[in-house]
Amino acid sequence: MKAIETASLTKYYKKERGIADVSLSVETGDFFGFIGPNGAGKSTTIRTLLGFITQTGGTARVLGMDNVKEKRNILEKVGYLPSENSFYRGMRVFEILKLSQSLRRKDCTARAKELCERLELDTSRKVEELSFGNRKKVGIVCAMQHDPLLYILDEPTSGLDPLMQREFYSILKECNERGATVFLSSHVLSEVARYCKSAAVIKDGRILACDKVERLGHTGVKRVTLRGVSVMPVISGARDIKNENESTSFLYSGDIKALLSKLSEVSFDDIIIADPDLEEVFMHYYAKEEGR
Amino acid sequence: MGLFFHELKRNRLSLLVWTGVISFMLAICVLIYPEMSAQMGDISEVFADMGSFTAAFGMDELDFGEFMGFFAVECGNVLGMGGAFFAAVIGICALSGEEKEGTAEFLLAHPISRKKVIAAKLCAVFFRITVMNLTVAAITVLSVLIIGEKADVKVMALIFIAYYIMQIEIAAVTFGISAFIKGSGIGIGLGLAVGFYFVNIISNLTKDLEFLKYITPFGYTEGADIVSNEALNMGYLAVGALAFVAGITAAFLKYPKKDIV
Repeated sequence: MKAIETASLTKYYKKERGIADVSLSVETGDFFGFIGPNGAGKSTTIRTLLGFITQTGGTARVLGMDNVKEKRNILEKVGYLPSENSFYRGMRVFEILKLSQSLRRKDCTARAKELCERLELDTSRKVEELSFGNRKKVGIVCAMQHDPLLYILDEPTSGLDPLMQREFYSILKECNERGATVFLSSHVLSEVARYCKSAAVIKDGRILACDKVERLGHTGVKRVTLRGVSVMPVISGARDIKNENESTSFLYSGDIKALLSKLSEVSFDDIIIADPDLEEVFMHYYAKEEGR
Repeated sequence: MGLFFHELKRNRLSLLVWTGVISFMLAICVLIYPEMSAQMGDISEVFADMGSFTAAFGMDELDFGEFMGFFAVECGNVLGMGGAFFAAVIGICALSGEEKEGTAEFLLAHPISRKKVIAAKLCAVFFRITVMNLTVAAITVLSVLIIGEKADVKVMALIFIAYYIMQIEIAAVTFGISAFIKGSGIGIGLGLAVGFYFVNIISNLTKDLEFLKYITPFGYTEGADIVSNEALNMGYLAVGALAFVAGITAAFLKYPKKDIV
């Protein structure tokens, strides 16, 4: 069973595009990153999966259940963290956590306590007194305290300091190792590269690529760095040229033999030919999309 | 039940304030009656000379010098407007308030169907109206006992029941509207309540406009009619019942399909 499976999922707000033809497949037990800039359609996809909004086309199944007909059953097994967390004014953190438990009809006191301790969350404070980061922590505990099968997290680390981000991912990895599926949206590529097994890239409401993170890097593009060269030799197919510290680097997506032949004519101290990092891959997909 | 009690708990201060203010105002009206009754002869003559204004507030059919006549008009002003505003505000904020405050996403991320959310919120709205009306009625009765006036129990009970039904109807209609809007909608709710009130005043001015009483729930709370007929107008109530059903049906049809963005 797939944790998430969508086919041509489309959402239009009247005439305005939300997402178009989104087809995704997330395996059970995966740690999946959903990458895209602001307004790309990440939150719309997530909200459609969870039934906050109804798709105008296509289908979606979450944990094998239809996102429209079996919404309540899906929510039973999913932990959702929105990108912005708002709670009822006047309530204290522990009251919010208790309310969440009562709405789930589940006593999660022990797990909530453990999560609050690890995230250093003061449960006696009123929610309106909390900073953005601390409100995020309340949202995280609400999403995790009932030990769901699937975590759907919309930009989970925004507002968290680096130490808390590390602790949060450590908790998430433990859940994943116990068999839970993690689906998180982010525009921070480094965290997706570090923690996720698979990822999809979305832009303007459309999926540009969806694969294992390491395979996403296999774009046929190489980052070539020449040390001891300050002036870039003329190489057909080279782009994104950078000159730094007596080094020249560029992206190359042409015939590799032609590249080596050309480089044999150039004098340099050292050479590195590597896959580009995820950020470059991300830009590659975007450049490719814009070039269409 | 969790959501129902949560609704009651988080709105307890607003219930306390509305109930306190309306009870206080109504109690003051009753408690100043003995002092006013001494000057009622002059006041009644003044009202009698005010033509359409007197008719607009139903004072042409009531003896303002009698306690029940005074009570029917004063109760109309205080419990009528106060209760209508209270019902309109809590009805219109019930569903859309969650979206305005951004808490809808928190609430709807839990395994609770939207129909259950509607039912819990609607029950909480009606429960708060019931608590407010019972408290106001109890304090009013206590005030009447303090001043030692003889009140017609049946008429007084009918007046309170009429206002209670009116508030339930306004709450149901605004609750239905709440399912369609995204902001707080307080302006819409209050505007509707004021609109209903003025439609009733206009309908009192001439027989030709009496049909307007079918539109406004203030039609069946008219003190003059209740005092003279010792009954509520079933025709107006029937239309009110239809509006009640329409409001709730609209909420149950719209909200489960509404996009929460």
